[in-house]
Amino acid sequence: MADVLAFLRRPLIGGEKQPGEVTADISGLLDRRPGPLWWGAITFSASMLLIGVVSATYLVATGVGTWGLNNTVGWAFDITNFVFWIGIGHAGTLISAILFLLRQRWRTSVNRSAEAMTIFAVICAGLFPVLHMGRPWMAYWMIPYPNFRGSLWINFRSPLVWDFFAILTYFTISLVFWYVGMVPDLATLRDRAKSKVRRWLYNLFSLGWDGSTRTWLRYETVYTLLAGLATPLVLSVHTIVSWDFATSVIPGWHTTIFPPYFVAGAIFSGMAMVLTLMLIARKTMHLEHYITVRHLDAMSKLLIFTGGMVGVAYMTEFFIALYSGNQFEQFVFINRALGPFAWAYWTMVSCNVLIPQLLWFRTIRQNFTVVFIISILINVGMWFERFVIIVTSLHRDYLPSNWSHYVPTLVEIGLLVGSFGLFFTAFLLFSRYLPVVSMNEVKSVLHIGRGGQGRNGGGPDGRGGPGDPSGPRDQQTPTGRKPREEVTV
Amino acid sequence: MSDRRMIGVFAEEHDLLRAVKAFRARGHSIEDVFTPYFVHGLDKAMGLGRSRLPWVTFLLGLVGAGLKVYFEYWTTMIDWPINVGGKPWDSLPAFVPVTFEVMVLVAGVSTVLVFFALAKLIPGRKSKLVHPRVTDDRFVLVLDETDAAFDPEQVRRMLISFNAENVSEQIGEAA
Repeated sequence: MADVLAFLRRPLIGGEKQPGEVTADISGLLDRRPGPLWWGAITFSASMLLIGVVSATYLVATGVGTWGLNNTVGWAFDITNFVFWIGIGHAGTLISAILFLLRQRWRTSVNRSAEAMTIFAVICAGLFPVLHMGRPWMAYWMIPYPNFRGSLWINFRSPLVWDFFAILTYFTISLVFWYVGMVPDLATLRDRAKSKVRRWLYNLFSLGWDGSTRTWLRYETVYTLLAGLATPLVLSVHTIVSWDFATSVIPGWHTTIFPPYFVAGAIFSGMAMVLTLMLIARKTMHLEHYITVRHLDAMSKLLIFTGGMVGVAYMTEFFIALYSGNQFEQFVFINRALGPFAWAYWTMVSCNVLIPQLLWFRTIRQNFTVVFIISILINVGMWFERFVIIVTSLHRDYLPSNWSHYVPTLVEIGLLVGSFGLFFTAFLLFSRYLPVVSMNEVKSVLHIGRGGQGRNGGGPDGRGGPGDPSGPRDQQTPTGRKPREEVTV
Repeated sequence: MSDRRMIGVFAEEHDLLRAVKAFRARGHSIEDVFTPYFVHGLDKAMGLGRSRLPWVTFLLGLVGAGLKVYFEYWTTMIDWPINVGGKPWDSLPAFVPVTFEVMVLVAGVSTVLVFFALAKLIPGRKSKLVHPRVTDDRFVLVLDETDAAFDPEQVRRMLISFNAENVSEQIGEAA
């Protein structure tokens, strides 16, 4: 039985790594001076960030009139970017929390960076509603605090207020989850740091971690609890984002399919972004042994699954528009597919529904270059999905005399570019100062799929590591063996 | 707890697990085991019970949700009622999303704070590592030399028989 299991379980980590090598590999990334590739990448992303800063400064100094919005199209790039970035974040939580609860152990090599991605994406997302306020310095009015205006309280019946609480909670819990997951690794970095500044910083944040099993036991409990809390949280966040639309009476928005449709789309787009980042990190940081074909395969399957849900949602929307007999609803959907924004709609359908179907083939799922290209196309498609939902539902409303068109201005494009700049700059800095792979979790899955030693106690002659032809031994063998010679007493 | 302890350093997870089980079966007092990652089954081998932290999460989540529902009713019904689109004052369904978010926030953050307090994880605290490589790739078993029946020489031999690569005796304050 045991041999059969060992045969069936393929290794999660390549290269027959030992725990010490994992420490050396991952911590070593932070010791070396960054190469030209990293400098090139950060120069590029920081320039994008600069474009964003300039655009935001001009926007705040001048007003929201610098955007291409008009009386009919009151939401466009801003909310598109907001929903897009929040959606990106969701895959991080899926990998760190939901796959943890489902005991998908391949997640160990990608969860740290996916969680970092979540945090940076939520920061990018949060900027857009704040900038949309026009007076971002008033953003704190969203907090219900006693004030001199009455006290005038916020309207707890408004989905926009729900959204504020959802994003705030999501950001905080993601940050806490990420940090808690990192404490043991920070201790590892602390214990091998050479420079004084580094040791002081890692010591500060590793909280005096000493690897005691009593602490580990509580730690695992806390991690499970946080995963259990984050799972419904992540579903609630995009559900609430979809309510920003669904509680209105705009045709194309006012549908009950929105919450599941948005959650599936969020995880779909986020998973594509995780793949994009992972495949770049794999090449530039030489993580080939940690991010393997197996990870690529598993994440591609998640892409097909969530992409399939999105595809079904697109069809359901059309069918319900037809079946409802509501002429406004029908008009909006025909206008989406054939109207002035048809190009955006068909970009969305091809990138999100048609192209991902290639992933049904194993040869494609296991080809790093092809999956990388598909992941970028899905990112594009999912951005257009939000654009299509928002703009096509608004630009031709109930009164034909109100109809108008929407063209983004340079400021809006600058902010979109800037948000990507912020995201990639933050991610590049993260990859320089913090461990990109969860070392302690990877060490705990090294044995999977390797012949020989099982997990719980296993055979006494457990050196049966890689290539040991003997395979797993009977677990009940008595314990007598000669002491090793190099024992130092 | 006495001030003498025997420390065995292992290179392999399964050697450690077998040693812990064997020492516990013989009635030795295991002070603690230090590992670079959470070794599954080690808590059971050491006879540690389940953590009661889930109760903390549950109760604090309940408190957070309860306070939030109260606050929403107080602000929208009592302190300054505002008629929004003719909705009833008692609009509990509309209060559900924020209540849920606040429950998760309070439960999650406070669980972590309670964990830090219980495990004495304090920012900047100097860690006294039992072995310099315990956060890297070494597993360390610390046995308490409790009573007269503790035979250091026998324990040392036994540790070595479980492939301990280094055995030492420590006298003095607990690490």
